[in-house]
Amino acid sequence: MRPILMKGHERPLTFLKYNRDGDLLFSCAKDHTPTVWFADNGERLGTYRGHNGAVWTCDVSRDSMRLITGSADQTVKLWNVETGAQLYSFNFDSPARSVDFSVGDKLAVITTDPFMELTSAIHVKRIARDPSQQTAESVLVIKGPQGRINRAIWGPLNRTIISAGEDAIVRIWDSETGKLLKESDKETGHKKTVTSLSKAADGSHFVTGSLDKSAKLWDSRTLTLIKTYLTERPVNAVTMSPLLDHVVLGGGQDASHVTTTDHRAGKFEAKFYDKILQEEIGGVKGHFGPINALAFNPDGKSFSSGGEDGYVRLHHFDPDYFNVKI
Amino acid sequence: MALVDRSGSGWNSNPPKAEKLRWGELDEDDGEDLDFLLPPRQVIGPEENGIKKVIEYKFDEDGNKVKITTTTRVRKLAKARLSKRAVERRSWAKFGDAVHEDVGSRLTMVSTEEILLERPRAPGTKAEETKIAGDSLAQLGKGGAVLMVCRTCGKKGDHWTSRCPYKDLAAQTEVFVDKPPASETTVATSGTGKAAYVPPGMRPGAERVGSDMRRRNEENSVRVTNLSEDTREPDLHELFRTFGHRGFGFVNFVNKEDAERAINKLNGYGYDNLILRVEWATPRTN
Repeated sequence: MRPILMKGHERPLTFLKYNRDGDLLFSCAKDHTPTVWFADNGERLGTYRGHNGAVWTCDVSRDSMRLITGSADQTVKLWNVETGAQLYSFNFDSPARSVDFSVGDKLAVITTDPFMELTSAIHVKRIARDPSQQTAESVLVIKGPQGRINRAIWGPLNRTIISAGEDAIVRIWDSETGKLLKESDKETGHKKTVTSLSKAADGSHFVTGSLDKSAKLWDSRTLTLIKTYLTERPVNAVTMSPLLDHVVLGGGQDASHVTTTDHRAGKFEAKFYDKILQEEIGGVKGHFGPINALAFNPDGKSFSSGGEDGYVRLHHFDPDYFNVKI
Repeated sequence: MALVDRSGSGWNSNPPKAEKLRWGELDEDDGEDLDFLLPPRQVIGPEENGIKKVIEYKFDEDGNKVKITTTTRVRKLAKARLSKRAVERRSWAKFGDAVHEDVGSRLTMVSTEEILLERPRAPGTKAEETKIAGDSLAQLGKGGAVLMVCRTCGKKGDHWTSRCPYKDLAAQTEVFVDKPPASETTVATSGTGKAAYVPPGMRPGAERVGSDMRRRNEENSVRVTNLSEDTREPDLHELFRTFGHRGFGFVNFVNKEDAERAINKLNGYGYDNLILRVEWATPRTN
């Protein structure tokens, strides 16, 4: 395949997200300016100006009208996707690390980093349909995990919130009461910081990626560990194909490999694994730096990766990808 | 003294700002006002090869009219089926930093390289290459008095870089092709002569000391290194065919002269984006 290279960001990429229809791709980077691109040809549509710090995360509503972004400048902003206008800004006392719209887009779960005396927290905010009605009050605030919470998403039917972060434990919380319902087992779970978490298309399972060079597949309801995928590099980003049983991992450089052999550029790859057999299918090379963000198009026919090199690489699969077998 | 009619209704068919502006008076905003003086933007649509030309005119800083021709190849990468809403979104106006985007901006580019989903390779299995018996690293110690190194074709002991008969290959050596051939990064590097990082000082040199002690046809053996992963035996057959009769399997030449010609012609030859290294290969002594 011929990837499309998009160099709109001056700084490393942090997050990528497709909209529900799969025609727009939102990219967040450390350069303060989230960008939206057309997902078919990589043409840039626009940028959202307003943040004063690295943008760590974003999510888009199902109708592709609202974009929510979380940034190191301690704000979470709501934007009009079409015009780029900022609709609302939630202020926090520490950098915001992860945002996720609920099913129905009426609520959003936001995580904030530990900062000075503050511990990390998970906030749930109500999102009003009319931006002028928007208020800043939290529906729920959950505290407890040690260290940064790198990702928090809504569980099935918005009944639960699933979070994972620096303490390597995956937790499931009740979204109404804030009570901790389940925790991942220390023995079988991750051993180092969980950097990324991605839900399946139907929400029944999710995959987590960690700096312990593995990714794990979990059941969303019971938090049972289903599969483990091993790799040689710390994992920074994970995603799953909505069409085939593939898990994609993207990662960083193993320190011990820095000085040996390879003098080629563009060798950082996104690794494809068979979801069920846990075996590596192949890798897609090209990035000049560690991969920090991965996203699959909801139609399953293309995916994009964002790297430390500031590039977004958009790949449309060749027909033989759909026939690939172990 | 000419009267400049600014009303636009008079005898002068020129537009109001017809007098020549000094470039010092032009600033960013003025540039836009003068756009009507420029010929319109032309798009010569994609023809059979998919070549599309866009001709734009601009004023540069000195007030000179500049013609910018952008030639692109339009290539269909994928079929996108868009929902009705998606089609509407396609016609949204650009906003934010994308507002002043012009054809010349190189934000979005198709990769010049074909990228594949590379299947994982068991360590030790490699794509085929012609390697005669002979541990390249073991022979490096016998390099002997190798003083002259040509940077262009990598041959040692023959000529300096400035006197390289393959000077035209210099351009190719400059290009850093990030081609991903073969092995896993974790595979040990010794002795394979391909895809392993061999420091420049240790790369196989040309003539071997003591090669006249070897048997003749083995002496005619030629090792080809630095081949890309996609190279298969038929490719090598074709590459070396012109130089004479060869034996089976590896590139063994019947005539020493033919082998020599192959070396001279193909060493440093750009093949499939890599520079080939073709030199005498000396079999193991035992």
